[in-house]
Amino acid sequence: MNSADSRMRYDLQIIASWIEPGSHVVDLGCGEGDLLQHLITHKGVHGTGIERNEEKVAACIEKGLSVLQGDINEEVHDYPEGRFDYVILSQTLQQVYEPAVLIRAMLRIGRKGIVSFPNFSHWDIRRQVFFTGFAPVSRQLPFQWFDTPNIRVITLKDFRKFVRNVGLKILKEAAIDTHSQDRRGSIVRFLPNLRATYGIFMIGKG
Amino acid sequence: MSEYIQHDKDLVSVGLVEKKFFTFAEPPSEMKLESDARLGPVTIAYETYGSLAADRRNAVLVLHALSGDSHAAGYYSAEDEKPGWWDCMVGPGKGIDTDKFFVICSNIIGSCLGSTGPSSVNPATGRPYGLDFPVVTIGDMVAAQKALIGHLGIERLLCVVGGSIGGMQVLEWCVRYPEMVASAIPLATTVRHSALAIAFNEVARQSIMADPNWNHGDYYSGAKPALGLAVARMIGHITYLSDESMRLKFGRRLQDKNDFSFNFDADFQVESYLRYQGRKFVDRFDANSFLYITKAADYYDLGKQHGEGSAVRALSKARAKFLVISFTSDWLYPTYQARDIVTALKKNGRDVSFCEIEAEWGHDAFLIPGERLKALIHGFLERIHHELGR
Repeated sequence: MNSADSRMRYDLQIIASWIEPGSHVVDLGCGEGDLLQHLITHKGVHGTGIERNEEKVAACIEKGLSVLQGDINEEVHDYPEGRFDYVILSQTLQQVYEPAVLIRAMLRIGRKGIVSFPNFSHWDIRRQVFFTGFAPVSRQLPFQWFDTPNIRVITLKDFRKFVRNVGLKILKEAAIDTHSQDRRGSIVRFLPNLRATYGIFMIGKG
Repeated sequence: MSEYIQHDKDLVSVGLVEKKFFTFAEPPSEMKLESDARLGPVTIAYETYGSLAADRRNAVLVLHALSGDSHAAGYYSAEDEKPGWWDCMVGPGKGIDTDKFFVICSNIIGSCLGSTGPSSVNPATGRPYGLDFPVVTIGDMVAAQKALIGHLGIERLLCVVGGSIGGMQVLEWCVRYPEMVASAIPLATTVRHSALAIAFNEVARQSIMADPNWNHGDYYSGAKPALGLAVARMIGHITYLSDESMRLKFGRRLQDKNDFSFNFDADFQVESYLRYQGRKFVDRFDANSFLYITKAADYYDLGKQHGEGSAVRALSKARAKFLVISFTSDWLYPTYQARDIVTALKKNGRDVSFCEIEAEWGHDAFLIPGERLKALIHGFLERIHHELGR
């Protein structure tokens, strides 16, 4: 990873490394556009993003990105079939009301989907539930049960099963150990469902 | 709109500017209008700011709304009380940076502020056209602008930008002359005028036509239909504001009094404001122009004109990159109408950015100095400039 890479969230660095140069990319929930900016600068991609928050949308457009304001669950539908090579959903799946609908829509408008999410079966989460009896609060999922935007509890194993059940296929995956906004991290190869804080999956049509 | 115009707080300005005129379509080669009527000669008033690059690829066309004119920025003389209508946006280092871009703003045909319209002299009679002026459409306005752009030696515009009726012209440009538009910024606008917008325009027109001085449009040698036009403008102003902006700006506050007058004078500040705006408008605008331009807006339906009824099909012709902007409190052109534009562009696989700006000022928000709008337009233009420079 070069120095530009290391300024970006670690999960985004991994996602960026999976993307072919010059491809067409849409980032669902693109935030302030760090990943898009990186992909355009370093990989020459044609990138666009969707973001709900006006401030973040404005920040993206001001720095010269093509981004539109809206709800990803709605906005994902209008694009023509196969418009993109990659459709990215990073650290958002756990907030999606109808994940199957969204993921199918992603693979309608794009050839491949890339999804990252916090792994709910990480040992520290298991430890908290086991020893304290309270709903877990971690750096990846830093909310109390009553104020969390995260309505889905997902583990790496759950996601693999889910992808099979909706008739799609996992093309590539990485389990990583990093914190939510952290620029550093590492790939977890041994006992990933227990030791990884995040999972990143590339999915395609079955 | 003029109540929002103010001197730049840092005194940054394009400086002294001059209104210019371009005349074309001299008989017998008159301009053929969408209605099949013919109009000629046609004069367009326009202004330019900044310099055209040697490769002629840095031109930005600014399109004005109903009551606007070619005077988008700067001053005609050192004594001017106010600069042009979008001086907050157009100037050195501003949202539309005249250090980089050659900015053109032209007055629409049908207007009374320098371009050919119903108050112009009809060469056939030697008298003002009045209602003999043919009904012009947004498409006709754009066709006339294209003649001007050709006259200026520009083959492709880096950007077309405008709000409201100006935004309709932006969309029309993109569909009519796709190869001439690299990017587009439609602000607070729509692909077709809604029943609500038509209804307000119709009430405003009825007010003008009910004024005995209107005389079927033939009033240029006598008293103007000032009352009718003033009321028409008052109706317009209500639609440009919002419940919230009116509450903040006026509330129920009384004008220069502590209690009700118990007669029909203007008791409330909002009444006094509307009366003042109405009176002021009569001095600078022609009642017949108001009728013609509002009619053009009501007829506007991009899908019907260019897409067999489908805005998606109409916009399939566009080649530009888009920045679409709406404002939360705009009830004349609400955000769902901007989203219709965005959806149509997405379905066509066009590059489109969209931002709904949180603003309390209603439809007028696009004219009011604001950092958010300025930064969005600046960032978008920088990107387009950079991409074209590659």
